[in-house]
Amino acid sequence: MRKTTGKKPESPRIIYFNQAAMTAPYLFWALAFIIIPLLMIFYYGLTDKTGAFTLANVAAIATAEHSKALWLALALSLVSTAICLLLAYPLAMILANRRVSQQSFLVLIFILPMWMNFLLRTLAWQTLLEKTGVINAILTFFHLPPLNIINTPGAIVLGMVYNFLPFMILPLYNSLTKIDPSVVNAAYDLGANGVQTFCRVIFPLSIPGVISGITMVFVPALTTFVISNLLGGSKILLIGNVIEQEFTQASNWHLGSGLSIVLMAFIIVNMVLTGIFDKNGEGTAL
Amino acid sequence: MIKKSAEKIYIALIVLFMYAPIVTLMVLSFNNSKTRAKWGGFTFKWYVELFDNQAILQALSNTLAIALLSAVAATVIGTVATLSIAGMKRRSRAVFMSVTNIPMLNAEIVTGISLMLLFISFGVRFGFGTILLSHITFNIPYVILSVMPRAKQLNPSVYEAALDLGASRTQAFFRVVFPDLLPGILSGFLMAFTMSLDDFIITHFTKGPGVDTLSTKIYTEVKKGIKPEMYALSTLIFVTVLILLLLVNYRPKPQDASIPGAERTKK
Amino acid sequence: MSAKLIDLQHITKIYDGNTVLDDMNLYIRENEFLTLLGPSGCGKTTTLRIIGGFEKPDKGAVLFNGQDITHLPPNKRQLNTVFQKYALFPHMTIAENIAFGLKIKGKTRSYIQDKIKYALKLVNLDGFESRMPDSLSGGQQQRIAIARAIVNEPKLLLLDEPLGALDLKLRQDMQYELIRLKNELGITFIYVTHDQEEALTMSDTIVVMNQGYIQQIGTPEKIYNEPENAFVADFIGDSNILPSLMIRDELVEILGARFACVDKGFGENRPVDVVIRPEDVDLVSPEEGTLQGVVTHLIFKGVHYEMEVTANGFEWLVHSTDMFPVGTKVGIRVDPFDIQIMNKPESEDEEAVAIDA
Repeated sequence: MRKTTGKKPESPRIIYFNQAAMTAPYLFWALAFIIIPLLMIFYYGLTDKTGAFTLANVAAIATAEHSKALWLALALSLVSTAICLLLAYPLAMILANRRVSQQSFLVLIFILPMWMNFLLRTLAWQTLLEKTGVINAILTFFHLPPLNIINTPGAIVLGMVYNFLPFMILPLYNSLTKIDPSVVNAAYDLGANGVQTFCRVIFPLSIPGVISGITMVFVPALTTFVISNLLGGSKILLIGNVIEQEFTQASNWHLGSGLSIVLMAFIIVNMVLTGIFDKNGEGTAL
Repeated sequence: MIKKSAEKIYIALIVLFMYAPIVTLMVLSFNNSKTRAKWGGFTFKWYVELFDNQAILQALSNTLAIALLSAVAATVIGTVATLSIAGMKRRSRAVFMSVTNIPMLNAEIVTGISLMLLFISFGVRFGFGTILLSHITFNIPYVILSVMPRAKQLNPSVYEAALDLGASRTQAFFRVVFPDLLPGILSGFLMAFTMSLDDFIITHFTKGPGVDTLSTKIYTEVKKGIKPEMYALSTLIFVTVLILLLLVNYRPKPQDASIPGAERTKK
Repeated sequence: MSAKLIDLQHITKIYDGNTVLDDMNLYIRENEFLTLLGPSGCGKTTTLRIIGGFEKPDKGAVLFNGQDITHLPPNKRQLNTVFQKYALFPHMTIAENIAFGLKIKGKTRSYIQDKIKYALKLVNLDGFESRMPDSLSGGQQQRIAIARAIVNEPKLLLLDEPLGALDLKLRQDMQYELIRLKNELGITFIYVTHDQEEALTMSDTIVVMNQGYIQQIGTPEKIYNEPENAFVADFIGDSNILPSLMIRDELVEILGARFACVDKGFGENRPVDVVIRPEDVDLVSPEEGTLQGVVTHLIFKGVHYEMEVTANGFEWLVHSTDMFPVGTKVGIRVDPFDIQIMNKPESEDEEAVAIDA
């Protein structure tokens, strides 16, 4: 991947106080609460109840019940990610063109809704989607066929799109506003029409945002157990539900950890992808 | 003209999509029927009963305490960490930023169970403390990522100028550097507070029996039906924040003074 | 004289209630190097963007070779722009950047290859085909931006402060480079700058603008030597601008002393502005001078000395190769043809002058 940003001199380094003393607290915290816990998952996932090494917990993903949950989760999260991308790209472009202040739209789309609990917001979709719910009342009013998606995979996809759409909009918006408007003007100036300018200049330059948006939506969608629980009824199990049950109901931490390792493999692929496209380490969400 | 209206309609539809459930919950908080499936007339009674519901009030105070404490702790640790990372050589900086990104990019369920396993292995008793530690952990990255851009933009000459003018290192830092970082620190704090408040998954795995936040309380109520007091409480919180935001955004702003022809210099 | 290539007719542009251009009329002939010169906010960049098609005027028309192109989008116009900050496509190599316009037009591979080679040679950057824009210096990026524009063989090249981001030495080199390119290619240049030196060096015609109005159009010599109003005189080079009284043809009263001049037709006993360039003020012994004064400041500037002489309450700026120490009593003399008489500004421009004076 080529570098997409302008030439950047190494940012100035200033050491204000004792560097070691300043690094120590976070180093300790990161080791104790990020690195070691992750290692614990590997420890539990690769051992059995007696503490002996085994691959059985990881291999358990191949059983019919588990693989079905994984494939369903993959399918639903991919569909949700695609829908998020399709919904978010036009919005991000409109907002970026209007130079809507980042602060105000961040608050409107991202922060403010979070002050209403996310479980309640997701549950509210039940009310909206029910057979006699608000949406069907509106549809019937316009003589349209009613929507019966509650407790189906469709409702789960809707819940995923609803919950994770802001995570797609934000990186897209950020990468689109970074495009120098005169570069876009240059494309028009050199004879490109709107479609050509989009395909050859705007979209290629927004790819870092597209990639981090995809990661930001795909990972939580793939691993959710809450949305499927709330909107899918109790019959639809995603891989997240399986893992959650192993920990909270079956108390089989070894199996749960083994399945989590499988899940992490997908996440790591994602992280590597973002790492490649986000070389400057500027973060993805903010 | 048509394009402009189409754009406006599109924005409106997305905002409607984001806020439809919120409006629904607000309406339900005035619903004089115990089930959310039907409208039983307008009432304020849930707002009154809310203040008699000890369980909900306890969950609220837990939630706010955890959000506040974890946001403060994460802001302190994260800000110090940012300054130290910004002062590192490229390679160690990359290592630290990758570690910082782990809780952001990893699945919340994985972070949740990894912390759960940690607490189990070290025999820590689950409760308020374990939730707090977990929230600090996932809040630190938000603080680092919002302070980092500011720390990178700092002009080292400003700090050196302060030293040159006789300030001690501490004075120079707190009088010159810190005010520059402050907007980033504040938005990091706000972000951390909000994230903590809205968290369910990590809390779900790291809470002990008997300790509930609003999220976990709602989750246990899902099967038997959400108490309408919960809608009332959520509406109150949301409206309070909305009013605060409006107040902050509509306070008079200083006009920025731009002088025409200011670029001209003596020839 | 060659034909009008661009003809701007009654162009008015308003942004949020601010009139940026007010009923502007201007034409550019083929093969001309025309510079729009003025302080920031004078409307020069807006004029360029209207010609380029990035803005639509609120009133008026843009004619290109006699055809109305006011509503033609930029990609349909036979002209190209070199942007202020180069605006190279950061995700494309230098070759891909240069090929962009040609690929859009569907030119053949071999034609495009030849053009890239030719353009890189023209801007002295042979062999840069596979480099990325961010590995180039500012000056190199600017040359690529020019190469990318000229391979499309536009009739007209618009340049928006293209040298603004370069340091002084590089700017001067690029100025000569641009003149050479213009002569080699035989295309029309419209150049926007706020740098009067750049304008004087390169242009066939300079258009001085301020606050949305054209102040003066003319050759560099004419603009410098015969500014039409105090704004132009002040903006171009250093000058002494003195409110004076035109006694009659060829006689003007400056600060109470009468000077012979060469201008006619301003009427009798009429208030005017007089501009005298600092290098045109001759310092002589007090008794020989038309005015008497004292040297109050002296700075060595390399090629000349810069002095301030206070005479009849006015501080004269004087450039001279002779040195007069501070405190010296001197006489001031000005040759008649070095006195430039100007009308007092029109009411609308008065404000403009006041800000910049």
